Amino acid sequence: MTRSARRAVAIAIWVALAIVMIGPVLIAVNSPYLAYRDTAYIIGGFAGIIGLSLLLIQPLLAAGYLPGAELTTERKWHRWVGSAIVACVFLHVGGLYITSPPDTLDALLLVAPTAFSVYGVLAMWGIALTAALVILRHRLGLRYATWRLVHNGLAAIVVAATVTHALQIEGAMGIVSKWGLCLAVIAATGATLIDLRLIRPLFARKDDWRQPDPEDRKQKTGE
Amino acid sequence: MKSPFYNRRSFLVSAGLASALTALEPVGLLSPAKASGLAPTRSMRGGSNNYRPNAPMVDRLGSGFWVSGTVRRAGDGAPLKGVRIQIWAATTLGGEREPRNHGSVLTAADGSFRLEMEQIVPNFGQPHAHLAYDDGVYDTVFLRPVMPSASDTSVSTEFVLAPV
Repeated sequence: MTRSARRAVAIAIWVALAIVMIGPVLIAVNSPYLAYRDTAYIIGGFAGIIGLSLLLIQPLLAAGYLPGAELTTERKWHRWVGSAIVACVFLHVGGLYITSPPDTLDALLLVAPTAFSVYGVLAMWGIALTAALVILRHRLGLRYATWRLVHNGLAAIVVAATVTHALQIEGAMGIVSKWGLCLAVIAATGATLIDLRLIRPLFARKDDWRQPDPEDRKQKTGE
Repeated sequence: MKSPFYNRRSFLVSAGLASALTALEPVGLLSPAKASGLAPTRSMRGGSNNYRPNAPMVDRLGSGFWVSGTVRRAGDGAPLKGVRIQIWAATTLGGEREPRNHGSVLTAADGSFRLEMEQIVPNFGQPHAHLAYDDGVYDTVFLRPVMPSASDTSVSTEFVLAPV
């Protein structure tokens, strides 16, 4: 591929990603329901939508799939997006709690009448555990292989639970754009996990298949 | 003789499962209410959320959406007249805690009640109403009927109340 063709593909990838991520948010902004809600509810709702949307780019950054940036740069963004997802969870649960404490407590205590609440709470704990492990990773002395397994496992649970949660909710999001985003999120996470943990290890040379963790290498070489 | 499909363990398991199933719904051998006729309505999960006791008696809370239902006595199923039902929901006026979305009505001689209000909108992921009987003569019941579609313009439900 020529340089300009590669550039065109790169731009197309970023534009497609932006449409799938930002489109559902813009459609939700135009929902008539917003007029009937107070500020806390609107902030809580959009924190959920944006959090879902960030789940799309998160695995792509971790794997360094996105064109135009180094793997180390994308890993750095991966950490920022991870922090943003945690912030979204706080705003989502906090906003909903201010809007209706009993409904939110029912959800957190797993006694809500709505089935999707359980998936939302599962995703919340998955994200909380992920954040805790990120913070404690080196203190716990986790080996890279162990870390990767746990982190990827939690990521898969969080993505599946979040998508299940979102799809069952009747709210501000448009149905088509929500399904589009959710399928994209599942596809991105699924494809990344299959590529990094199945295909590459299978087809790479025995001593070569481990994707070097930039932070791990830094520690070892004392960079 | 050795039979692979019928032994003491399989008998105990199947007998245990069968008796457990007949004791539960829908056969309900263990349900005491079934024995005395019409069973009382049980409160629904989340039914009492954002309840404001003693919502004012109102003719209407808005227009375009109807919440209706019937109130009967447990056991004989007789319609109950003059029973206060409190109703609230998230509508185009605001959320479930908005005072303008709370009102009470009394049942007619045939046990029916209805209240016109503004269009109910999905709240916390589902379009639903809240109804309460909470006046002490009968056991308190909180209901939370969910509309099959957010574009529905009515929702109805049924109370079967058990004397205290």
